[in-house]
Order: sequence, then structure tokens, then C-alpha cells
Amino acid sequence: MSKILVDINKMHFQRGGRVIYDSISMQVKKGAITAVMGPSGIGKTTLLKLIGGQLYPDGGEVLFQDENIHQMSRKRLYDVRRKMSMLFQSGALFTNISVFDNVAFPLREHTKLSEEVIETIVLLKLEAVGLRGAAYLMPNELSGGMARRAALARAIALDPDMIMYDEPFAGQDPISMGVLVKLIKELNSALGLTSIVVTHDVKEVLTIADYAYILADKRIIGAGTPEEIRNSSSELVQQFLQGNADGPVPFHFPASSIQDAFLGAT
Amino acid sequence: MNWLINLGANTLSRLSAIGNASLMLWGGLFAVPRLKNIPLIIQQVYVVGVQSLLIIIVSGLFIGMVMALQGYTILVNYGAEGSLGPMVALSLLRELGPVVTALLFAGRAGSALTAEIGLMKATEQLSSLEMMAVDPLRRIIAPRFWAGVISMPLLALIFSAVGILGGHLVGVDWLGVDSGSYWSIMQSTVDWDKDVINGVIKSVVFALVVVWIALYKGYDAIPTSEGISKATTETVVFSSLAILGIDFVLTALMFGIN
Repeated sequence: MSKILVDINKMHFQRGGRVIYDSISMQVKKGAITAVMGPSGIGKTTLLKLIGGQLYPDGGEVLFQDENIHQMSRKRLYDVRRKMSMLFQSGALFTNISVFDNVAFPLREHTKLSEEVIETIVLLKLEAVGLRGAAYLMPNELSGGMARRAALARAIALDPDMIMYDEPFAGQDPISMGVLVKLIKELNSALGLTSIVVTHDVKEVLTIADYAYILADKRIIGAGTPEEIRNSSSELVQQFLQGNADGPVPFHFPASSIQDAFLGAT
Repeated sequence: MNWLINLGANTLSRLSAIGNASLMLWGGLFAVPRLKNIPLIIQQVYVVGVQSLLIIIVSGLFIGMVMALQGYTILVNYGAEGSLGPMVALSLLRELGPVVTALLFAGRAGSALTAEIGLMKATEQLSSLEMMAVDPLRRIIAPRFWAGVISMPLLALIFSAVGILGGHLVGVDWLGVDSGSYWSIMQSTVDWDKDVINGVIKSVVFALVVVWIALYKGYDAIPTSEGISKATTETVVFSSLAILGIDFVLTALMFGIN
């Protein structure tokens, strides 16, 4: 089997007439942590949904383990999805059942394990994210960081090959952020996972990523190891790393010039 | 020319909404039911059916009482107050039972279903089910649909039964109509197939429509607070209009042409 787990090839995607991705290509290596960075609103979540087969590209292809995600039968797609897992920004825990039942949910849906075995697995997964003590709390009783860790325990319940993290650090205090950074790194090596981390928190993710892509303006503007990214000579990449308000990535959403808008020149 | 463009765009978006709703119905409901889903259906029967009992019983009681009161004041002029029983029973079984139950159900359970599904969508729970290789149509939509279709005819029958007792309470116990004639004329007038079964058929049709609208509106809601609020309102408005319109058609088919 090849060393590339996810291979995106000249993918084109648009929504509501607005082009989101204009022929982008990227590769995710097996066993590595790949970071995808970019400003908010660039459609990073969309990228994960395209990889997960929830959205369909308008051109190009997305291969997962050398199979085209978007040409599979529905049944095959559902089989493949058991090998991938996604951590949503909100956690997306089921609010009507406890943390324990949330983590047990995929096991009960997809396996015929007995309740005792499920209990053992669930408690082990919760131990891995440090929430064994919170097993019987309801999701609304958790803090934002805890909810995300509980969702992470659910995401690893079925021992997937790959986890996609959607903005895992957004809105976290420095301690929770540190915990999540450590968890992503440790789970990746301990469980032999492949991770895709989509984020705009550049500093945190560059400490753990093996390879990084920077998305802006519908394209990939930079790619490389964290070291290469930091030393990149591209103005775009430097603007993004340093967080300058204006630069090659414009501050303004595309619009007619303000003189035209106010003075009615047509 | 703008209105023409708008008309076209509106028609297209309506048509595609109907298409999407039909796909949802197809994907979720006509898939082979799995044994695993039966506990889910039972749980939803409790939520949409059992928890609607109070409002159904109270409304049925009062509607039966009001009908007996109104009916008595008119019938007594012709000395026909003995026909109070069949009047109450027939109006409840043929019309008021199915229709009022469906309207109450749309307000009580339909809106709750829309809000629940809409919020599940907004909080990415539906998406995360999909990513866990669990089909939300089967896991979330189908049990709620079947629960609604099972519950509503039962609720309508309970409504009618309680209404008839309410009519007895006012007509016989208070206004003094003879109890024997209330029951016996009712028994000889009400026909099982024509009245009871037709009423049940009506409420099954209403259930299909109300639950379908409620679930689709939730599933299709724009995942923001305004979107969910709009979807909930539309569920109640569209369901109510659909119930009244379909009721006329069904009544014409069942009782109108002989």
C-alpha cells in the first residue's frame, strides 16, 4: 500500500457561484500530522467535508487509500468512513445522552461487542483523554475544552486510520490548548494514526505538524515542513505567519471601489 | 422582466425542495427497517405520542362538552335532543377528531421535531453521524416518522372517545338528555367502516403529511437561530394548511359522493 493516505488531485469546488477551491492538490502521508492552515472563511471545514465524502467536488478527485471517495457506492463510502473520523469544531456530542453513551455510540452502532467489553473500551478511551471521571456527566455540563476532548474520545472509539481535526484550538484557553496539542501528538504516535489538522492557530500547530499547507485565495500558497514554512520567502506566507492585517491577502472582501459605490459612477 | 425571472427562480426552488423532501422520504423510510431501530421508534412514540396525551385529552373533553351544549340548544327546539349522541359522535369521529388532533399535533409535536432536527443540524450532530458511518436518515429521521404515523391515529381515537364522554357529561348529566337514547341511537347510527375507519384513514394521511413536513423543515433548515425559528413557523403553518386542504378532499371522497 502506498505511503499516501489521502491524495487530492486538482480539485475544484464552488458553492453558490463562488469558487472556494481552484484546482488544489495536496497529499497526506500515512502516519504523519498534516496541518492545513488558512484565514477564517477560506473553507477549511469544507475541505474536510470533501475528504469525508459529505460534499462533492466540481472537478478533480480525492483519493483515500487509492480509492476515489466520490465515485464509491453509498455502501462502500459508509465502510470507508469507519476508517476515518472527524473532530468537529463544536464537538458535536449528542446532547441527550451522557459522555459515556456518546463514546459508546459508534461501538454500539457498528460492533456486536457485549456491554462489558464496550464499558472497558469506553473507559480506556476516556482515560486517554483524561475524562474517565466525567463519564457520567451530560455534554452540557462540560466546559468547551472538555467537550472537545470527549468528542476526541468518541472519534477514536473505533480505532480509525485517520482523524480530521476541524479547528481543534479555536476558542480554547492556553491550558486546554496545550492539552489538545499534546493529545493530538500523542494519539498520533501511540495509535499509529494519520492526522489532518485544519486550523488558523499557526504557532501551536507548527510545533506538532510534520508537514503543512497554507491555503489562501482559493489556492495553496505555501507547503512544506514547519521549518520550510517559517523560512519561506513568499510574501503571502509571511503575511499569514505574522498576522499582518493587509498584504497580498487583502483586508477587504472583493467589492467595487468605494468611490464608485458612493458617488454612483457607473 | 424581473418578475418573470423571480417567478422562474421561485418555481425552480419550490420544485427542488419537493424533490429533496421526496428523496429524504425515500432514503429514510422505505429502506428495510432494522430490528435495532425498534427501540428507537418506541422511544419516539413516547416523546411525540405519550407526551401529547394531556393536550389531546383536555382538548377532546372540552370540544365534546361544547358540542353537546351547542347541539342541545338547537336540537331541543325540534324536540330532537335524543339525537345528541350521534351528532356528537359523528362530528368527532368523522371530522373533529382527526382534524383537531392533527392541528394540535402539528403545534405540539411537529414544531418540536423541526426544532430538534434543526438544532441537531446546527450543532453538527447530523454531520458527525454521517462521518461515523451512521445514516442520519435511518437513525434520526425514520424512527420519528414512524412514531408519528403510529401515534396520531391513536391520539385521534382517544380524542374522539374523550369527546363523546364530554358530550355525555354535558348532555346527559347536566342538561338531562336520556342516557339510554344518547348511547343507543349513537350505536345504531355510527357505522364502523364508514365512520370509524374513515376517520382513522384521515388521521393516518394527516400524520404522514404533518410528520413529513416537520422532519423535512428541520432537516432542510438554515442552521442559524433565524433559520430554525423560520423552519418551526413554517412547519406549523404549512401543516395546518395541508391538513385543512386534504381534509376537504378526503371528506369529498369519503362522504360527499354517494
